[in-house]
This record gives sequence, structure tokens and C-alpha cells, in this order.
Amino acid sequence: MATEIRREDVQALTTDGAQLVEVLPRQQYEQEHIAGALSIPLSRLEQEVGRLRRDRAVIVYCYDYQ
Amino acid sequence: MSARAAARLRTLGFERVFRYTPGKMDWFASGLPREGTMAGHPRAGDAARRDVPTCQWRERLGDVARRVRAAGWDLCVVVDEEAVVLGLLEAAALDGDPTTVAEDAMRPGPTTFRPHLALEEVTEPLKRKEHVLITTSNGRLVGMLLRADAERHIGEIGKGAHTASR
Repeated sequence: MATEIRREDVQALTTDGAQLVEVLPRQQYEQEHIAGALSIPLSRLEQEVGRLRRDRAVIVYCYDYQ
Repeated sequence: MSARAAARLRTLGFERVFRYTPGKMDWFASGLPREGTMAGHPRAGDAARRDVPTCQWRERLGDVARRVRAAGWDLCVVVDEEAVVLGLLEAAALDGDPTTVAEDAMRPGPTTFRPHLALEEVTEPLKRKEHVLITTSNGRLVGMLLRADAERHIGEIGKGAHTASR
């Protein structure tokens, strides 16, 4: 299971090179997202996973506790 | 949704996968940088007063009232140990028996709104109330949105003051 993290952890991990990924539908990402995040909607994960580097941590997020 | 994405990434061979469970609403509510076509649009969480006084449910009204009024407020949000909103103490309640605990004097279950809502979406409830509480989806207090603050921010939108992305 993926480790659940808080805001402070996101800031620390991204400073260390972690990739931040919003998994909501693209339209929601385009309206508003965390600065620096990539958009890979859950429904497109298999097709777009090549955009992510496997040697770096990945942080996924959506709207809130969904 | 992030749970499924994280699980799938693990099965796709990614070893270091984390879930930022509170999500972008938590990020935005904290005023951290955002991007996008709506990023410059003020949200309820942006205009909420973060310095609204709070008290624990077991505190005595006398102590609470002194602290709240010294801070220049006339109301107090009753929260639990994790800042989850339990109720509201308004002016009349603060003037009650000073030995009463907050839990027994509060108005329980005040209506709350999420910080990501556009200010215009909170306009209707603010026609009937002077203020509304803004909380995260798990009930944690973000702040209090005052009608006057919402009107001021909406007025600034009309003047184009909120067009820049944050």
C-alpha cells in the first residue's frame, strides 16, 4: 500500500525530486492544480505512465479524501 | 481515486509511491501556489479569516469569552483536539453562565462550506447570515468567511484585481 503523506511531506519530497501527479480528469486539472504537478488522469494511467521516471518517487493526489 | 492510482502505479513497477490524501483542497486551503485557468479566482478559503477564535469543547465560557473579546471578536468556534468543528458560540452564548462548558452552550452543527468554492457560490447563504464557516471535507476548520469580506473580494473581481494567477 502507498504511504499516505501530508502537505509538509509533499513539499519536502518534491524538493528532493519527487514527481507530483494529479489523477483527476484533465479538465479539472486545467482549471486548477498544484503548481508544478503533472496531469495523468486515472483513466489514462496505463497510456501515460511513460511520462514518469521510475527512479524517482511519485506522489499522487486528487481532490480531497476520495 | 488517488488510492487506485497509487495501487496501479505499484503494480506497474513503481516502488516509491505516495498518496497526498488531503489532496489539492488541502493545498489550496493553505494558500500554497496553484496554477490553471481558474487559479487567480478567489475561493471561499482565500477570503476566510484564519484568525477566528477557537476553543475546546470542555473550556469554560468565562475563560473563552475573555480570550475571544480580547482578540476583538464576538464569537468562537468550538473544535475538538483535531480542529474538527463541533459548534459555534455566538455573542449571546458567550454572555452566558461563565462556569458552563462550551459544549453545553454552543450551537451544534453549524453549516459549513468547502474552501475551494468560488466566492459567488457562497453568496446566497451569506445573504441570510453574517458569516459562514469554511472547513475541509473532514470537518477541520479553515476559517470564517464574513459577508463583508466576500463582498469586497467579489467587488475586486469586477475591477479585475484577481486576474493574475497565483
